[in-house]
Amino acid sequence: MSTTTSTERAAARPATDDLLQVTGLEKHFPITRGAFIRRTVGAVRAVDGIDFTVRSGETLGLVGESGCGKSTTGRLISRLLEPTGGKVVFEGRDISHLSNREMRPLRREVQMIFQDPYSSLNPRHTVGTIVGAPFRVQDIPTSQGVKRAVQDLLKLVGLNPEHYNRYPHEFSGGQRQRIGIARALALRPKLIVADEPVSALDVSIQAQVVNLLGDLQRELNLTYVFIAHDLSVVKHISDRVAVMYLGKIVEVAPRDALYATPMHPYTLALLSAVPVPDPDRRDRAQRERILLTGDVPSPIDPPSGCRFRTRCWKARELCEREVPPLRELATGHVVACHFPVEEAERTPGGRAAAQQAAASVPPATTTPV
Amino acid sequence: MKGAHMSSTNSFTTTDPVPGPRRGPDPTAFLDVRDLRIHFPTDDGLVKAVDGISFTLERGRTLGIVGESGSGKSVTSLGILGLHQREHARVGGEVWLDGEELISASPERVRQLRGQRMAMIFQDPLTAMHPYFTVGAQIVEAYRVHHRVSKAVARKRAVDLLGRVGIPQPAKRVDDYPHQFSGGMRQRAMIAMALVNNPDLLIADEPTTALDVTVQAQILDLIRDLQEEFGSAVLMITHDLGVVAELADDILVMYGGRCVEEGSAQTLFRRPEHPYAWGLLGSMPRVDRENRDRLIPIKGTPPSLINLPSGCAFHPRCPYQGRDGIPCRTEVPSLAQGSDHGVACHIAPAERRRIFAEDIAPAL
Ligand SMILES: Nc1ncnc2c1ncn2[C@@H]1O[C@H](COP(=O)(O)OP(=O)(O)OP(=O)(O)O)[C@@H](O)[C@H]1O
Ligand SMILES: Nc1ncnc2c1ncn2[C@@H]1O[C@H](COP(=O)(O)OP(=O)(O)OP(=O)(O)O)[C@@H](O)[C@H]1O
Ligand code: SF4
Ligand code: SF4
Ligand SMILES: [Mg+2]
Ligand SMILES: [Mg+2]
Repeated sequence: MSTTTSTERAAARPATDDLLQVTGLEKHFPITRGAFIRRTVGAVRAVDGIDFTVRSGETLGLVGESGCGKSTTGRLISRLLEPTGGKVVFEGRDISHLSNREMRPLRREVQMIFQDPYSSLNPRHTVGTIVGAPFRVQDIPTSQGVKRAVQDLLKLVGLNPEHYNRYPHEFSGGQRQRIGIARALALRPKLIVADEPVSALDVSIQAQVVNLLGDLQRELNLTYVFIAHDLSVVKHISDRVAVMYLGKIVEVAPRDALYATPMHPYTLALLSAVPVPDPDRRDRAQRERILLTGDVPSPIDPPSGCRFRTRCWKARELCEREVPPLRELATGHVVACHFPVEEAERTPGGRAAAQQAAASVPPATTTPV
Repeated sequence: MKGAHMSSTNSFTTTDPVPGPRRGPDPTAFLDVRDLRIHFPTDDGLVKAVDGISFTLERGRTLGIVGESGSGKSVTSLGILGLHQREHARVGGEVWLDGEELISASPERVRQLRGQRMAMIFQDPLTAMHPYFTVGAQIVEAYRVHHRVSKAVARKRAVDLLGRVGIPQPAKRVDDYPHQFSGGMRQRAMIAMALVNNPDLLIADEPTTALDVTVQAQILDLIRDLQEEFGSAVLMITHDLGVVAELADDILVMYGGRCVEEGSAQTLFRRPEHPYAWGLLGSMPRVDRENRDRLIPIKGTPPSLINLPSGCAFHPRCPYQGRDGIPCRTEVPSLAQGSDHGVACHIAPAERRRIFAEDIAPAL
């Protein structure tokens, strides 16, 4: 499984399976003060040591609350950002610190799709210019000219090739997102990092784009890292799902395992908060919801030990003292928690019992570790 | 549908500003919106953003308005609050709030009611809050506009409300600027601001769209609790069917500026009858169900409000358009009036129920 140590992974499956391997990846944004002499006073630890792999042809969903580092992770693996630490290995090659020039040929292989179909397309350029840009920038020869290649792409994403000369504002949100997808596909990438690609779209249009991504994946054997906060969409589209919390990965599992038997308390809380579109179940859903109390910690000064401990109902002294390592608790299911969720706790009564049990052990010490 | 009736008069044109039959205000209804029309003249033509929407809403109840982007949800809510500039928008129809008609009322009167009896939570708290004033100062201001109290008293009220909406250490955070709050905290602060005058009518326009599910759940709980405490009427606008299912007693589905289906939340989720509502349910992935292989999207794109498709505005996207010779392209279907469940579709009711039961429900 992906997030165990590299030796364990190597033993578990042939390395050729992995398109992307991420180990100990970090991105710290410096915080500077002073108008004339800027000095660094601290850092936002946006991504703070994460390991995962992406297998060829799969979709890895990446979820977690706002600010936990999903987009930063996406930008690191597509090398729009340079990591502060750790490694990004793409097809066996360490790309962590390649220069812009060295990255250039690789840009064909890894593409990003962004959330906002409105602002990510230049309003002054026609669709033809936008979708054709990658060919020109990369100087890629096309067999029947750029225009033909662009029109083929428009067809591929379900747009009318006659729209070649239109401007983005003439399109609906879903259509604009298709334009963004067409642009990302232009160079036939292997890996697409999609950062909230459907969040800004209506449900009716969302479904078109989600289906399109699925079809394209099958047709072109694409690999996706799919970043989203909508757990329903992620469940629909992903093969495996990684959950992030405050710059760390706390759980990775095959999709069905994650949704049916979440093992990290944060994952359990997250899933319990998803609104269920069923008015008859609303009372039950409300009763079973785990409300996270406690302060939301800052990535500038994350809590010692387990970062979730300030909001976790199971937190004990050990959680403050020791960073829980990612451990494989079931096949392909890795969790970073000292006291993983047990079956009984997936009901409200069982949770209350777990809370009591945690409270009955000596309270956490206040000495920082 | 309890406490709600809807109708849609479709003969309205700009040269015919008098809508259908007028009745006196419904004496029992707290909010009674009748045949609301909001049209914007633009260089490209007349945008009929809202074209004959009617509903009622009682105190202590929640009406959810759903529909896709551009269907007129926000324009409706801004219309109720009298927030459209009269030189840019043509507003027709009636909005009765507790027996007082607002469309024909003076702008001063509407401004007075806004903030005092009606309040709004916007999707983006940054648009509702001024970046240069502290959160506390803005809540204090909102309170003092309608209450002759000292700054100290108003500040105490602000701290109290920030605490109520779950801001930790409110006495300290009250002096923060909006940008010092996280997204969820800003949303809470805006809710505090909206609630400072205990409004009878709270309009929440996509109040949780920008938030994480965990924060969203807290905000929805908060709205529910406050509603229970103050008995406010809540108008909840969203495109998230999960959110309406959580909160709404009744649901109104909009398409192209009109209401296409309305009924109780149970009815809308258990036995929806409008093909657009089927489309919405079919295109929604769900965590609480087995995975479907593919979602069932609604084909095509949302309609232009300048050139709304003739007849049923949904017809270019509707798989049932014209079946059995029904006049989808030529005649605007009307909502069955006075019933509990209004559906604006030409397919006969029995046939709609059969299609839903046999073809739609099994695939959901
Ligand atoms: N360029 C930057 N400079 C400083 N801090 C940054 C920068 N980019 C991101 N951050 C911070 O890093 C953290 C992670 O941000 P990131 O955008 O990766 O989160 P996210 O999980 O994508 O959130 P969201 O769901 O809101 O998009 C946040 O605290 C953010 O404020
Ligand atoms: N001031 C205006 N002038 C011209 N057209 C407008 C104006 N305000 C809104 N519209 C148009 O009215 C239509 C309805 O807009 P509205 O904001 O009500 O949509 P909505 O249902 O709230 O959508 P969303 O879910 O995207 O918020 C849109 O087509 C919009 O472009
Ligand atoms: S390690 Fe401790 S604090 Fe962290 S999630 Fe597990 S039980 Fe909670
Ligand atoms: S009236 Fe016709 S086009 Fe409109 S929803 Fe009904 S069947 Fe479809
Ligand atoms: Mg992001
Ligand atoms: Mg809106």
